[in-house]
Amino acid sequence: MTITVNMTVNGKDVSAEVEPRTLLVQLLRENLGLTGTHVGCDTSQCGACVVHVDGESVKSCTLLAAQCDGGQVTTIEGLADGDTLHPMQEAFREHHGLQCGFCTPGMVMSAIDLVNRNGAPSETEIREWLEGNICRCTGYHNIVKAIDAGAKSMGG
Amino acid sequence: MYEFEYHRPSSVAEAAELVSKADDGALMAGGQTLIPTLKQRLASPSDVVDLGAIAELKGIRVEGDAVVVGAGTPHAAVAGSAEVQGAIPALAALAEAIGDPQVRNKGTLGGSIANNDPAADYPAAVLGLGATVTTNQREIAADDFFTGMFETALTDGEIVTAVRFPKPQRAGYAKFPNPASRYAIVGVLVAETSGGVRVAVTGAGSCVFRASEMEQALAGSFSAEALDGISVPADDLNNDLHASAAYRAHLVSVMAKRAVAAAQ
Amino acid sequence: MTEFGIGAAVKRKEDFRFLTGRGTYTDDINRPGQLYAWIVRSPHASADIRSVDTDAAKNAPGVVAVFTGADLAADGVGGVPCGWQVTDKHGEPMKEPPHPALVADRVRHVGDQIAVVIAESKDQARDAAELVEVDYAELSPATSIADALKDGAPQVWDEAPGNICYDWELGDQAAVEAAFGQAAHVASIDITNNRLIPNAIEPRAAIGDYDPASGDYTLYTTSQNPHVIRLLMGAFVLSIPEHKLRVYAPDVGGGFGSKIYHYAEEAIVTWAAGKLQRPVKWTAERSESFMSDAHGRDHVTHAELALDGDGKFLALRVHTDANMGAYLSTFAPSIPTYLYALLLAGTYTTPQIYCNVRAVFTNTVPVDAYRGAGRPEATYLLERLVDVAARVTGIDRVEIRRRNFIPKDAFPYQTPVVVQYDSGDYQATLDTALRHAEWDGFEFRRQEAAERGKLRGIGISTYLEACGIAPSAVVGSVGARAGLYESANVRVHPTGSVTVFTGSHSHGQGHETTFSQLVADQLGVPLESVEIVHGDTAKVPFGMGTYGSRSLAVGGTALIKAMDKIIAKGKKIAAHLMEASEADIEFKDGAFTVSGTDKSTTLAEVALTAYVPHNYPIEELEPGLEEQAFYDPTNFTFPGGCHVCEVEVDPDTGVVEVVNFTAVDDVGRVINPMIVEGQVHGGVAQGIGQALLESCAYDQESGQLLTGSYMDYTMPRADNVPSFHVSHEMTLCTHNPLGVKGVGEVGAIGSPPAVINAVVHALEPLGVTDIAMPATPQRVWQAIQAAQTQAAAE
Repeated sequence: MTITVNMTVNGKDVSAEVEPRTLLVQLLRENLGLTGTHVGCDTSQCGACVVHVDGESVKSCTLLAAQCDGGQVTTIEGLADGDTLHPMQEAFREHHGLQCGFCTPGMVMSAIDLVNRNGAPSETEIREWLEGNICRCTGYHNIVKAIDAGAKSMGG
Repeated sequence: MYEFEYHRPSSVAEAAELVSKADDGALMAGGQTLIPTLKQRLASPSDVVDLGAIAELKGIRVEGDAVVVGAGTPHAAVAGSAEVQGAIPALAALAEAIGDPQVRNKGTLGGSIANNDPAADYPAAVLGLGATVTTNQREIAADDFFTGMFETALTDGEIVTAVRFPKPQRAGYAKFPNPASRYAIVGVLVAETSGGVRVAVTGAGSCVFRASEMEQALAGSFSAEALDGISVPADDLNNDLHASAAYRAHLVSVMAKRAVAAAQ
Repeated sequence: MTEFGIGAAVKRKEDFRFLTGRGTYTDDINRPGQLYAWIVRSPHASADIRSVDTDAAKNAPGVVAVFTGADLAADGVGGVPCGWQVTDKHGEPMKEPPHPALVADRVRHVGDQIAVVIAESKDQARDAAELVEVDYAELSPATSIADALKDGAPQVWDEAPGNICYDWELGDQAAVEAAFGQAAHVASIDITNNRLIPNAIEPRAAIGDYDPASGDYTLYTTSQNPHVIRLLMGAFVLSIPEHKLRVYAPDVGGGFGSKIYHYAEEAIVTWAAGKLQRPVKWTAERSESFMSDAHGRDHVTHAELALDGDGKFLALRVHTDANMGAYLSTFAPSIPTYLYALLLAGTYTTPQIYCNVRAVFTNTVPVDAYRGAGRPEATYLLERLVDVAARVTGIDRVEIRRRNFIPKDAFPYQTPVVVQYDSGDYQATLDTALRHAEWDGFEFRRQEAAERGKLRGIGISTYLEACGIAPSAVVGSVGARAGLYESANVRVHPTGSVTVFTGSHSHGQGHETTFSQLVADQLGVPLESVEIVHGDTAKVPFGMGTYGSRSLAVGGTALIKAMDKIIAKGKKIAAHLMEASEADIEFKDGAFTVSGTDKSTTLAEVALTAYVPHNYPIEELEPGLEEQAFYDPTNFTFPGGCHVCEVEVDPDTGVVEVVNFTAVDDVGRVINPMIVEGQVHGGVAQGIGQALLESCAYDQESGQLLTGSYMDYTMPRADNVPSFHVSHEMTLCTHNPLGVKGVGEVGAIGSPPAVINAVVHALEPLGVTDIAMPATPQRVWQAIQAAQTQAAAE
């Protein structure tokens, strides 16, 4: 048995026939080919799968596609304007906030939600906000620097 | 996940009917516990009834001397609510300490207390603040709501619609998180209420409980020092990889003092 | 230094695709007609398999096939091989039990593979896997080193009596005993080096593909070394000749050692793709990663240091039992031997060292290299032991290190444990680290913390490691079943742009940038005109891949040597073009110049001439401008340095907060300081993870993995670590042309003892003298309680 889900993904209307048990991340990766959103765990902790639904960061591995019916979804692929990176993406590049790149999409999406709520987060606030995003490569040092810089450029 | 049928009702009545008609229906609020459980194949409901589209379950309002939080309100909304921050800052702080930002954006008050995970934060707030749980069938006092590990007074088809938190004179929450999962190893909410001092402990035992000896001590003097030498017995506390029962008992005292110090 | 050359903090070329979600990781790849595999894994740590019934699973919706160990055996599929044979102290080879891709008779750890279900969708495969009925006869497991070594312990393998894989030794035991007889002081310590789970954030994945038209197989896999996988799987497991097998490791989301090894799933999907003539994909769930990725560390050690009256180290005596798990993973036997005992001199002049290592089989996941691999274990015991020696002798812990350092004018320095260090200046890294860490101001900070109710401590580690692995003949003589050279092919295109094909593999290290910088520096071409290709055996020359901090020292040197050949050939062409003698041609900044004249031609012009050889010395020189080099290093490289950690302990809860972390590392010449610092940051975070957070735990009775997810295995998160103070001092490696040493692992090697020395320092006033890793809140609290109880009793 399948159901139809409709949503807007990165500004485009999409419709898909899926099993009810389909997760949002499966819809994005398997049905829509948006493989920038990653899966790094099965207990909703690593945050590699973070996307925005209706403007808020969520874990797309812990959300049924059906729950997002009618929603607005933004993934990492929807941030840049052509070759022009979003200021947060640019800050990650500038400050070496990524190494293997696997956690990066979730980190960037999470960071943007933080800055949308708190335009000038402190280092402590950044570190606490990242509770739901695990990185094994960077030791977080440069991610924190990048988010600090990204917040400044998003504000300015 | 096993296969299931999915329903997305727009009213509580419709949801109650759907879940009662299902062979083995599961109510899903934010899904932040249920979906991981389904992914691990630890549950196999025939039907999942998603409460996420029910407008009447959402929202926060101040009613007289109480804050009423709709069961479908996400933790982030509670944490960020000016009403909650003004009336019961400890409740906002507790909501801010749940999970991570993404979990707080989806997870809900109703989902949390209906699940009654022994390491969840919200049960401490509901019990510690002496809240009243409203369902589609009745009102349940907090002292009667949490009945055991993952067990509540809710009956089949009964849906939490809101929780009414009376404003305390002051309250504080202190949490010692599990270093891995960040659930509460121990969370203590202390509140000075019109009905007396209440101390609710989550994480430490199989179910949230009140620490009566601490309540009596704080009734005499609402100060951290009043708790000196008072501890909960370790016998009934949880014992796992991260914290022995003895360590948990110790942490209950430490967190209780910190909650008192933080109370406002 | 140019803008993009050696020493420049060039922004990474790979970042655009990663930041825009356009990386291509293995699980992002889907092949037409692809099927999905789900592995049936053992829920028991030890059990005989009485029967496996796959009938119901085979009839489940969407299922195409179910295979068991019997099916693999019938097809002649071999076991997963081990790449290193250690010879024990009696001259006997290690016990090397079989490691079938799917086990048929007995499971030996939770997660052991029994069957594979292949279906049209992953959910269907997983649904059907639950219908595979395995009848087990449960056995008692041996779940820890201690359990496995007990008299009468359950035997993991009949061919390994007492569960001993090998009993190995290094050093002159008699000389060491004699030195202990002369000692004025002896410091001793018992250490458990906690078992870790690597946890690269990308779970392992593999896709097997078979082309019936050509008979070619392709394996897409999450590997740090695709050629090693091709060699091991092709030659030993599936008997696919190498010209018919392509292994492609595309973007890989972190490795840390765990993606070096050849895993059974790779062979299973490749074999099944041929069998079913359809692509077969397998992607691990994180829960599977926990019980199937090779784990790291897991040593139990007793060590003693003999000192004279002046605090000079006389001799070191070490006994270590190292957990191998249930099977020998690819490089497992080498880790607690040649990557461990050879490091026991550290930065010190200890003249006599004896080390005895027993490798022990247990009913747990195989243990192999994890970031640092043997060297963190050696460093941890040494640097903890030196702190104990300082306490025993009453000598300041900085001073006792200084007294025993190998002086900077003593290089090359022959240690008593085989290796000869080429360069280093340990006083310099120590001095800089103490300055950056404001060591002298610590007492003030301690008092200030005390006023806030916190116990503050500061700890130090002056470490050394050996990497840039390794001279093939040397490792071959001690049991390696492979060479450890590296390859590079440099293709200068007719228009002067350059493609480099490297045998190194980047899974976060930024080779596409660093190697491009080498090309820009050496050939004078702009960075954007350089492409670095890696990871695909169909494209790159045979290479050994990336681990052991070897990419720049070995792979980078191969690249330099290939470019030397390009320049040499280019000089010949330029000499012909400019009608000059080859001896008079100089090459600099991308231009060939006739010495002492203004006659010049560019690399691009030379390249065009090489490909359009109208005016060309065709009788002496082949057309084209493409060169290849294989480089086999003549020695290990020896990075070293000093890490200083400062912590605050909350005595009420036992929580340890790292408040300052200073690293001063000598990694040789730095090509890209931004990337180098990033490597240190990541390594230090993993070291703090080992010291304070991470530990793999098994239930002793049942052998169940207790830390089987992020709910129980504590990964370092952003709020567990501070911002780090990272810098470097430089002494050049003397035996490679770049002078580079390697930076991938120093952070994880140097940091754990610095952290624990700091925690012990913080707790010393309470009477605590040691604490095991990880120093979790519960463990610290318990240590405080025990010390207070003891103090009260005294």
